[in-house]
Amino acid sequence: MAEKELQAKAKEEAPAKAERVRPGRVFLPAVDIFETPEILYLVADMPGVAAAKVTVDLKDNHLTISGEVAPAVGAGETMLEREYFTGDYLREFHVGSMIDQGKIEATMTDGVLHLVLPKVEKAKPRKIEVKTA
Amino acid sequence: MPIIFREPGLDPLRELEQLQRRMDRLFQNAFGLERSPWRVGVYPLVNISEDRDHIFVRAELPGVKAADLEITIQDNSLILRGQRQIPTEEKQVNYHRRERESGFFRRVVALPARVQADKVEATCKDGILTIKLAKPEEVKPRKIQVKVA
Repeated sequence: MAEKELQAKAKEEAPAKAERVRPGRVFLPAVDIFETPEILYLVADMPGVAAAKVTVDLKDNHLTISGEVAPAVGAGETMLEREYFTGDYLREFHVGSMIDQGKIEATMTDGVLHLVLPKVEKAKPRKIEVKTA
Repeated sequence: MPIIFREPGLDPLRELEQLQRRMDRLFQNAFGLERSPWRVGVYPLVNISEDRDHIFVRAELPGVKAADLEITIQDNSLILRGQRQIPTEEKQVNYHRRERESGFFRRVVALPARVQADKVEATCKDGILTIKLAKPEEVKPRKIQVKVA
């Protein structure tokens, strides 16, 4: 059993930048970002998003992840209680190090997006020898 | 030793939850507002909907495996227990953001109507848990024919 009891949190809405064509709300997915000297990893919670509905875009160090959700209720259902809202997900990041675009891997399992962003050679840290004169 | 007096067939917590729901509905109707989730409840948050034959309880549980979930029906209550595990990374990684949380949860959901405890289906898809509960025959809406005399 995990040690901590989970706390309910309301989802945070994404700040609107442009007018949207698709109706509905947009939320910021909760993310974990971590790195090793060679790879940058990003994990995002996007419940309700199918693998085919995820978009990952990297342009000049600007990384955008987004996902479209399927309708939250089936046809012919009426809502009785609503404790959480559903909507699409969108979040943008500035990636500090250079990423090898061709080697990006994305997988979606149980509503969680896993991104593997390998860094290009020159961005990997080097130890710099200090010479004594 | 604390002694809690209960009227038979009356559960104070359940009454309170129902009162809260009625108040929410009142505000919703009076001001045309959709309730914002300012009253943050217990994890996981649920949405309840119904159609003619079923009640649907949905919860967002990204990354929770079906094996880590335990669903129980007790009278008019649905009990959701489980845990969300996030595998720990090796020691050499450095974090930039750490917003996703792991832990356990246990929640009781008061169902809006009686259900058939033996006809329950639970599915997990894309991180959304859907529990489909069948209504018993006697609570289903019935069309009543008006006879012409």
